[in-house]
Amino acid sequence: MTPVRVSIVGAIASILLILVVLELVRGRRLKERYALLWLATGVVLLVLSVWRDGLNTVAGWAGVTSYPPAVLFAVATLFILLVLLHYSTVISKLTDENVDLAQRIALLEDRVSRLEPPPD
Amino acid sequence: MTEQRLVAIVPAWNESGAIGVVVDEIKGFDPAIDVVVIDDCSTDDTAEVAESHGATVLRLPFNVGIGGAVQTGFRYAVEHGYEVAVRLDGDGQHAAAEIPKILGPVKAGDADLVIGSRFVDPGGVYRAPFARRIGIGVFARLVSILGGQRVTDTTSGFVALSRAGIELFAVEFPHDYPEVEATLVALRSGLRVTQVQVDMRERTTGSSSITFVRSLYYIVKVMLALLVASLRRYPRLEGARQ
Repeated sequence: MTPVRVSIVGAIASILLILVVLELVRGRRLKERYALLWLATGVVLLVLSVWRDGLNTVAGWAGVTSYPPAVLFAVATLFILLVLLHYSTVISKLTDENVDLAQRIALLEDRVSRLEPPPD
Repeated sequence: MTEQRLVAIVPAWNESGAIGVVVDEIKGFDPAIDVVVIDDCSTDDTAEVAESHGATVLRLPFNVGIGGAVQTGFRYAVEHGYEVAVRLDGDGQHAAAEIPKILGPVKAGDADLVIGSRFVDPGGVYRAPFARRIGIGVFARLVSILGGQRVTDTTSGFVALSRAGIELFAVEFPHDYPEVEATLVALRSGLRVTQVQVDMRERTTGSSSITFVRSLYYIVKVMLALLVASLRRYPRLEGARQ
């Protein structure tokens, strides 16, 4: 059975995560589309922290019998991996877009320099 | 038949010691070739030297790597309506005198991508270090299997392209260590690929972009790229354009 303290600490940490993410979005320092996975992480961890029977049930599915809170770690780790993977795809897209822009700038500068002879 | 407009695409990064000679050689070989040097944000005066020797210089605002630089040249060729392109390195290892060999099949309308290979003819004079020859051979074998056509030198940066080839590479070109993957992309897109024997020189200045430390990354990256490229779908091009 999950110790009550673990549930309380887990709930507080989850609520803090959710609040920090919401504040970052409110202050426009985090875009909604990148906040969603973090909010999902916070909500899932909060639910599993508060709903103690639920955590035990999930732990049972996973074959974790001795210490159900380990499932909290596992779920948190899974979500962090998801967020990182998501960021890798975002970075890849940004890289492609950056190269595309660099190439366009090089091509446009060439055309501009033909239109406007350099001042002497 | 009207004369086809021809562009030489020359990527260069910190090659101020060699680029002038490279441009001169190309122009000396055929003054009708437009030489486009892509300066990949050099810290030396590569761009100025190339320009003073009569090349058009495309200046990238930051270093994008060899593939992104070469692709800038292909995009230039598409925008400016060139029908034929040759691509050679800015370090002088590709001799302008060899250009007719790779240009021939494209000009005749027989090929869309002609690879200047060091290994078609076993008696070629090129002598790479043993380890590199092995690597080149393994990649060539892999691309041959995955692409369904025998190629001997997939790491060659000395190639000629038809308009269809230029258009493909303007939108589809790997960004780092591009040559091996690009060959496979060309084959899988249905371009007509041929190879001809050429001689390459030892580098005169600078150093190869493939250092010992980067070799492992190079091998793993190219292997992964080949794997996913053979799982991807590419639009089939009908190569023959008259």
